[in-house]
Amino acid sequence: MSDTQAQTVAFVRETEIPPSPPPIREAGAVKWVRENLFSGWFNTIMTLVALYIILRIVIGVFPWFFNGVWDAGSIRECRDILEGATGACFAVLVDRWDHLLFGFNYPQDAYWRPTLAFVLLILAAVPALFYMYVPSKFLIGTALYPFLAYWLLWGGTLWLPIAVLAAIILTGVVFRLVESMTVSTRTIVAGIVGLVAGVGLAYLLYLGAKELWFISTSIGTGGAFAGLMSLVFKAFSIFTYVFFIPMGIFVGYAIYQSASDGGLVTLVTSLLAIALMMLYAVGPVSGVLNGIIPIELAAVESRQMGGFMLCMMLGAVCVSLSIPLGIVLALGRQSSMPLIKGVCIVFIEFVRGVPLITLLFVANVMLAYFFPPGSGLDLFLRVVIMITMFSAAYIAEVIRGGLAALPKGQYEAADSLGLNYAQATRLIILPQALKISIPGIVNVAVGLFKDTTLVSVISMFDIVGMIRGPIQQSTDWISIYWEPYLFAATCFFIVCYSISQYSQWLERQLQTDHH
Amino acid sequence: MAEAAQMQVSDEVAITIQNMNKWYGTFHVLRDIDLTVQRGERIVICGPSGSGKSTLIRCINALEEHQAGSIEVDGTLLSSDLKNIDKIRSEVGMCFQHFNLFPHLTILENCTLAPIWVRKTPKKEAEETAMHFLEKVKIPDQASKYPGQLSGGQQQRVAIARSLCMRPRIMLFDEPTSALDPEMIKEVLDTMIELAEEGMTMLCVTHEMGFARQVANRVIFMDAGQIVEQNEPEAFFNNPQSDRTKLFLSQILGH
Ligand SMILES: Nc1ncnc2c1ncn2[C@@H]1O[C@H](COP(=O)(O)OP(=O)(O)O)[C@@H](O)[C@H]1O
Ligand SMILES: [Mg+2]
Repeated sequence: MSDTQAQTVAFVRETEIPPSPPPIREAGAVKWVRENLFSGWFNTIMTLVALYIILRIVIGVFPWFFNGVWDAGSIRECRDILEGATGACFAVLVDRWDHLLFGFNYPQDAYWRPTLAFVLLILAAVPALFYMYVPSKFLIGTALYPFLAYWLLWGGTLWLPIAVLAAIILTGVVFRLVESMTVSTRTIVAGIVGLVAGVGLAYLLYLGAKELWFISTSIGTGGAFAGLMSLVFKAFSIFTYVFFIPMGIFVGYAIYQSASDGGLVTLVTSLLAIALMMLYAVGPVSGVLNGIIPIELAAVESRQMGGFMLCMMLGAVCVSLSIPLGIVLALGRQSSMPLIKGVCIVFIEFVRGVPLITLLFVANVMLAYFFPPGSGLDLFLRVVIMITMFSAAYIAEVIRGGLAALPKGQYEAADSLGLNYAQATRLIILPQALKISIPGIVNVAVGLFKDTTLVSVISMFDIVGMIRGPIQQSTDWISIYWEPYLFAATCFFIVCYSISQYSQWLERQLQTDHH
Repeated sequence: MAEAAQMQVSDEVAITIQNMNKWYGTFHVLRDIDLTVQRGERIVICGPSGSGKSTLIRCINALEEHQAGSIEVDGTLLSSDLKNIDKIRSEVGMCFQHFNLFPHLTILENCTLAPIWVRKTPKKEAEETAMHFLEKVKIPDQASKYPGQLSGGQQQRVAIARSLCMRPRIMLFDEPTSALDPEMIKEVLDTMIELAEEGMTMLCVTHEMGFARQVANRVIFMDAGQIVEQNEPEAFFNNPQSDRTKLFLSQILGH
């Protein structure tokens, strides 16, 4: 260091340090092994123990697996072929392949229908799952898929799902129409709809009050508990009798009052339209159309569905219904309107507090009491309602976590730009909250998918029900365990692992902080 | 001061606040606020932390609800009527201390979102407007990036551009530079100064006294939920009247 510089400045850099590449990490298999497996006496012991366990499993499983018998008619034949050696009896999978996949009751000549529905499911899912790469017009196919799949699986006339689709489209038209009306026209509509909805609600409440009174008298007075329940039902009944007219008037008037801003009257008109069409138009119209141009497949009943197909059907339907319902519940729980908030909280807490099996028993037995015989809801639909409610409650809580994680500033920025509640929710809040919630939602979805096997307790023959029932109890395959359950586990693993991989990929796609 | 004098202030009234009071629960945050802002005025609001500055400007676009008195913005009375609130919000732009850009949207999408959905502007036109304002805040080349990839100063300028895309008649700023590193403060202030020179009506909560001297035509000092003193910047800084103002000024200018 020269003296002159030292007097004026402590340090001045005169040359730039050129950038240099990062140091190359020492590599090599030996080094990796030493660092990761044998880095100390404890790790060395753990490694050796783990190796021993893995070795034992491999030694046990490999002969069993590779000695496997694929061609045999019964478990006895299998044992004869093996002659005492260890070996799996995969012949059961070959023998009962159709049953494992479709259940034992699905018509054999119709196996192509669920198979086609499955292939189409994958095609239809692509535009939704990879929406960032697929032009959005393909989503129309995704939207049409449920109607086609319904027809393929249950058969009957194609005109029924078409009529339902038409009813939904018409409802959309009604919605747009009412929304874009001038206030004076809408006032007239609101008057009529308010009157119809008010009277209709009052009438339904009146019927409910009558029913409650009937129940209260039929419970009887035997025992303290029955007496108490009877009193409770009587109280509800009287309450409903007193309030059915005021409630009708109140709701009708509220609808009439909403004419100027339009939200409520638009919603109620649309709901009324779709309910009326579903109840009175869809059936007859599809019947007539089928009379003119018959397009029919042999009808299959829900009781006949089974095997892994049933799990896939329940899984796909319930996941795709419970996510939107979960979103609505989560938003409702955050609502500033006490009634909506209260309903959502009660729903979520109640459903979460009850085991799914209980709900399924309710679906199987109880709901049948509420609907008159014959007119009752289809069993599949009842199970779907219960599983959907169950997982929607969990998904709602996951999404609520996502909503809570958003900084308040996001809501404020959206508000300050003049976005209304629906816009702010759809464009700003949900995309971010859902992104945070992906791992949680996937967790629930995977759990839901596996829980579809619980339907075997209400004697629906999903894959587990098939194994426990018709397969293990047949004389041919009596008490065969490992092979069919291993197959079921493999099926579930493939689907669940795919879901998990997809969600991780999606999370990476949605990352916006650094790329 | 010379520059500020050149900027025109019209007789037209932009904001009238009369006798406004606000409580958080039982806590009386804003007390008897009276304030009239002319179109084209640039007002700087300062005061100690917790004195209610943010609350005051957030009341102006109804992010907070006031419980007594009246606020009139652009001739529209702020009431609980949602229509009025939406109308006012689309006329009043706001910039926050923490920018509050939408992290899941690109810079361009951040700027076009509100025009497309609130004003129903066609997408192409909205994008042109957005690019115009992004050029104005000097970051057109970042349009396709995400907010997380920008520096704080750039993010705040995007936030300003995003507000401007709605063509607001009034801009509110809540400490726009206090979350920024020192070397980025200037780029944001320059943008704001430019905006002021174009005649935008502005209410800024800020402690940037250089900015106040250069562009403000009025400085308001708040303490404990009240307007304690307001004056032209020169008089405010050189000749503060109340003791609280003197104390505050000595604290922020003293070091
Ligand atoms: N949401 C809220 N609930 C209750 N108190 C609040 C809330 N927001 C702000 N406050 C209180 O109101 C006072 C004024 O806050 P604020 O307007 O943010 O002050 P400033 O912006 O001047 O620092 C502070 O004492 C603060 O603690
Ligand atoms: Mg503040």
